[in-house]
Amino acid sequence: MSSSHHERARLESLKPALAFRSLILSSIRAWFEKAGFIEVDTPVRLPTPALEVHIDAIPSGNAFLRTSPELHMKRLLAAGYERIYQMGPCFRLGERGRLHHPEFTLLEWYRASSDYLQILQDTEALLTHVASTTFLSSHQPPTSNHSSSFPLPPPPWPRFTVSELFLAHAGWDPVRDYNDRRFEEDLVNKVEPALPRNTPVFVMDYPAAASALSRRKPGRVDVAERWELYISGVEIANAFSELTDAGEQEQRFRQWASQRQADGRPVYPLDEAFLSALRLGMPPSGGIAVGIDRLVMVLAGKSALDDVMTFREADIQREITA
Amino acid sequence: MADYTASDFRKGLRVELDGIPYVISEFNFVKPGKGAAIYTCRLKSLIDGNTYVRNFRSNDTLKKPDLDEKTMRFSHNEGEDYIFMDENFEQFTIAASILGDSRFFLFEDCEVSVLYFNGRPVDVTLPTFIEKEVLETEPGARGNTATNVLKPAKINGGFEIQVPLFINQGDIIKIDTRTGEYSDRVLKR
Repeated sequence: MSSSHHERARLESLKPALAFRSLILSSIRAWFEKAGFIEVDTPVRLPTPALEVHIDAIPSGNAFLRTSPELHMKRLLAAGYERIYQMGPCFRLGERGRLHHPEFTLLEWYRASSDYLQILQDTEALLTHVASTTFLSSHQPPTSNHSSSFPLPPPPWPRFTVSELFLAHAGWDPVRDYNDRRFEEDLVNKVEPALPRNTPVFVMDYPAAASALSRRKPGRVDVAERWELYISGVEIANAFSELTDAGEQEQRFRQWASQRQADGRPVYPLDEAFLSALRLGMPPSGGIAVGIDRLVMVLAGKSALDDVMTFREADIQREITA
Repeated sequence: MADYTASDFRKGLRVELDGIPYVISEFNFVKPGKGAAIYTCRLKSLIDGNTYVRNFRSNDTLKKPDLDEKTMRFSHNEGEDYIFMDENFEQFTIAASILGDSRFFLFEDCEVSVLYFNGRPVDVTLPTFIEKEVLETEPGARGNTATNVLKPAKINGGFEIQVPLFINQGDIIKIDTRTGEYSDRVLKR
């Protein structure tokens, strides 16, 4: 069979999954509209990508494709926007696996005068809404190939701290004594496999050393106000109480830049426009990034992103290099 | 010298680790939120076929193994030495220990692929299916066509494999050389 025949057969078999995805997207937009959020669009090409130690950006001409819309959305918060969301494509160089695709859809939302706990309540409400609207409709989820399917149990969903999960399943506490390599490997090999599959779970309060752009817990130098949502053992979302201190933010950027240099990765310039906006002042805020393709995947009961991606990385690469 | 970095790893890539050549038989990329990538590889030894799983990180590197494959035909054996010939009729000796059970499946002129690592032969791949005569087995149970009940049968070299009850001495059977297991009856005596 020729590759175009293969493509046609594959796209035909994807129809239920793509209809399901479409329903999820409209259900998400409906919830945000009702909750008083406005949908924003920020640039996809950036002069400098959001600086993180372990995320590489794909160059695009004299710019980079965004790895997330985070810094532009925070500039909107700083300018007085109170409830904003965005759903669109993001790009990360070299991220390819069962749960990674270099081009993917990210949903982010931010609330001014808020924190990660309010975002947690938003998340429970949003996903419960999505679950009920998509599953009560005539569209059934595509046939599932593992048991974790809808409906989601009613919230509140269980919350576990990083400390308690690691003490229970890996025998040490990364909050007390952080080691990045051990933290990541034990998270993937010991903690994630032990998470309940019958309910979404929140993994809360990350070591400050793994805090990214989050604020520290009041009175705690060792814990960051950050959580991650897992459904069916798959990491779906990452939320913070946002760091709003321009000085600390700049210091972290510089530290990550030198870390990247030491690791032999490209070092991106500091995002001065973002830092200037922070210096002028940004309200305390909560924000979150949700992997939409992964969300569709777990809600559809699938186990690989390729089962729900319209065109997969291999298809895209074939066309680029043809 | 580092020939491959973790971002080069993929299924089917041949790599060297601790002096042993491996093929990456399974590959997965994971990246916990905000953390560094973990490249999980199942490594299958090209020498003994044993596999194990190992995690690599972005800065980890592996050597490209010095591997060479040669096609040869089996000639004969002199005790523990098995003599093969390449297309130029040059002779090569491979020890029984490298062939393992495969040596019982060889026949004259059988075409094999010999894998060399650092210039030494380390593995010999036979055709997937070969045919052998059953030299010795208990008389067949007539009419019993069940393939799930097995009995021992000897082929040349005294090597014993498990065959269905209906197989008789003198039958020609097909053997899967990858597993060393009975696959089919080719000819009834």
